[in-house]
Amino acid sequence: MRAMTSAAIQVTGVHRVFTRKKDQVVALDDVDLTVGAGEFVSLIGPSGCGKSTLLRLVADLDAPTSGSIQVFGKPARQARLDQDYGIAFQQAGLLPWRTVSGNIELPLALHGYPKADRRSRAAELLELVGLSDFAQHHPDQLSGGMQQRVAIARALAERPRLLLMDEPFGALDEMTRERMQNELVRICAETGAAVLFVTHSIPEAVFLSDRVVVMSPRPGRIVDVVAVQAGGLGPSQDRTDAVRDAESFFHSVARVRELLHGAPAPGARGVEAR
Amino acid sequence: MSALSGQSARDVRARLPITDARAMSVVAPVVFGAALLGLWQLAVVALDIDAYVVPAPSDIWSELAANHATILDGALSTGRNALLGMLAGALVGVLAAVLSSAVRVIDQMAVPVVAALSVVPIVALAPVLYTLYGAAVDTARILVAALSVTIPVYLNTLRGLRQVSAVHRDLMTAYAAGPLQVARSVTLPTATPYVFTGLRIASSLAVISALIAEYFGGPIGGLGKSITSAASSSNYPLAYAYVVGAIGLGLAFYVVTLLVELWFSRHRST
Amino acid sequence: MTGSTTLTRRVRQLCLGLLGVLLLAALWDLYKAFGPEAGVTVGEQTLVLPRTTDLAMPHTWEMLQRLTEPVTSARDAPSALSAVLDASGFTLGIAARGWLIGVVVGLVLALLMSRFRTAESALLPWVVLSQTVPLIAIAPLVRRWGSALSFGGFEWTSEHSVSVIAAYLAFFPVAVGALRGLKSPDRTHVDLMTAYGVGWWRSLVSLRLPSSVPFLLPALRLSAASAVIGTVVAEVSISLRGGIGRMVVEFAQSAGGDPAKAWAPIFGAVLVGLVAAGAVGLLGLALRPFALTEPVR
Repeated sequence: MRAMTSAAIQVTGVHRVFTRKKDQVVALDDVDLTVGAGEFVSLIGPSGCGKSTLLRLVADLDAPTSGSIQVFGKPARQARLDQDYGIAFQQAGLLPWRTVSGNIELPLALHGYPKADRRSRAAELLELVGLSDFAQHHPDQLSGGMQQRVAIARALAERPRLLLMDEPFGALDEMTRERMQNELVRICAETGAAVLFVTHSIPEAVFLSDRVVVMSPRPGRIVDVVAVQAGGLGPSQDRTDAVRDAESFFHSVARVRELLHGAPAPGARGVEAR
Repeated sequence: MSALSGQSARDVRARLPITDARAMSVVAPVVFGAALLGLWQLAVVALDIDAYVVPAPSDIWSELAANHATILDGALSTGRNALLGMLAGALVGVLAAVLSSAVRVIDQMAVPVVAALSVVPIVALAPVLYTLYGAAVDTARILVAALSVTIPVYLNTLRGLRQVSAVHRDLMTAYAAGPLQVARSVTLPTATPYVFTGLRIASSLAVISALIAEYFGGPIGGLGKSITSAASSSNYPLAYAYVVGAIGLGLAFYVVTLLVELWFSRHRST
Repeated sequence: MTGSTTLTRRVRQLCLGLLGVLLLAALWDLYKAFGPEAGVTVGEQTLVLPRTTDLAMPHTWEMLQRLTEPVTSARDAPSALSAVLDASGFTLGIAARGWLIGVVVGLVLALLMSRFRTAESALLPWVVLSQTVPLIAIAPLVRRWGSALSFGGFEWTSEHSVSVIAAYLAFFPVAVGALRGLKSPDRTHVDLMTAYGVGWWRSLVSLRLPSSVPFLLPALRLSAASAVIGTVVAEVSISLRGGIGRMVVEFAQSAGGDPAKAWAPIFGAVLVGLVAAGAVGLLGLALRPFALTEPVR
């Protein structure tokens, strides 16, 4: 069991209200969440449930209306300034005028690493995501899946202990997606980083996570948490393709689906995943 | 990793994105142009049209061949004014746009001046510019060219500076990048192709403005002066030969700026 | 956002704009007061800042004051302002006709080019090339051709020549902008039209024309400014009296003794340009329901 004393993320009583003209939209309503060091946690829910908003708050790209967010025991803002996390979005967001290698080096360049270090780190990461042959290509010469790998490599550039990922595989086709999931498991095992992962795919959330946080919209709330690891799938770092056929995998999938639909899904009755 | 082994590495060399250049897009305009010239020649010969109305292409061509040295001199003189004006105008336009995008108040203060400059015929300023600078120097002509370039470059650059995508802005926030770092790594590179779009739009304008400014006074030399002096001595084929030189000059400016623009936007297809 | 805040924002914008103009005027007079008389030279002899003598560089208030004084020393001469306004009206009228011709020609060319790919490849390079032809070269040509024309009660005048030359500049932005707009619909929408079995004409009316509006509006505005520029330049090159163009040249000739006078027609030119752009802007309001999306470029 991981020690909860050094939690990667600690979200306490967070509200986020957007004011648009006269309308008020409650994006997040009294959310509490803890992500342990090295733990993989997914946020899942329908559009508008505030899962991306929650991730943006943790990344300090947005500020909560009330409540507190701690990352590695310090305020989110301080964690951002200290570069305690790496981030990847649904769009790869690569700079089109930089080469693949240049894109991975970007955060290192911004934070003043010497050129030689940047080069070798980028080469290392390209090896990790299997794109060594494409270092000098430009993003427009890569497929969507390859661009997303570059974005993940970029997120890993500074060896963060926390990865924030906002539907990074959302725009990919199913085959590419499963391959990327396998690679993400491997990468997480190699780096030991904690991950907060936003998705709207149930199998993806279950396959990748130690715990799946199910959210509901209007107002955005946490419905329940499905402990996939405790449900019998083992630690997230050890997953392989075989897991996709395991019975406990289907049990967890059914449990998440049940929570999302607000009523027990047919055939899933009696399955207790917790 | 194995999934990639099948993918052959694509050509990394940077290419200009003139992607769908088919044979048709070269042949068609050439055929059209040749047909037009042929009809023109035929009309002049068959209807016995006076050179005063319009000279035959063959006459223009022979004048062009006979006077190519002086035409080239004129083109160089006008081209120099246009080029200096274009560079100065682009510099001012970019700097002003950077200033306007950084300081909102300046942006708003510039609105009426920019509006006035973008609708006023810049060449109408030529006479007062000659008065300001004196008719003995080329400055007035360069300024006319510069002013006609400044506005398109300013407007396009300003637009480019505001095109930074949300994901790039988020990324820079996540990296806790300082304002100068954001400008250098995201804002300015995003705006660069827009700068050259403005420059391409203004390129032939710069040539025409510099040329028309010659019409309002100033020193001898340059295609504009040559066109009018050839026309006033009733040597119409020669006047048209100079016009052809002017078209060539304008086209050269356009093509060069177009290529530069394509070069700077070659990776922006996605 | 309530009504009052938009109002205060408008007022603020207006004040800042006014401040910008005043700042420019102040800069002008400060340079005149403190700049060297012979101007500022860079390198050997490149004069980059103007001479500041009273003859070369009038005060800004002299320019304004000159507008209220009579044009010439003749006893019944009107004020410079009213002469400039008259000329502005004259130029605006010719430019409007030129703009209309230009818009029609531009639209027809754009339709032709969007309908036939071969027409596009054949014409577009020449359309672009046409704008590198210096106006002063075609202006006398058009007048000569025009003077040979006369049918029925119609007689070709220099004003018609100027309109045609204005149209020569005005058609370009419309042709290019409309072509881009007509080609702008998404692949999906075009496929949808094909799936409905709709012909070119119907898909033009129901898809291509509406989606070209966001591209057309800036093109029309640009074309209005071009028509004004073309009119002024053509007035100069074929010496048509009555408009701003000729006035610029005439007033500049008296700049020797009366430097502020040369600036009067320039204010007129700005006025004509702003009125033309504003009028097209009003036209844009009428087409607003279609302009839901901004063009990408």
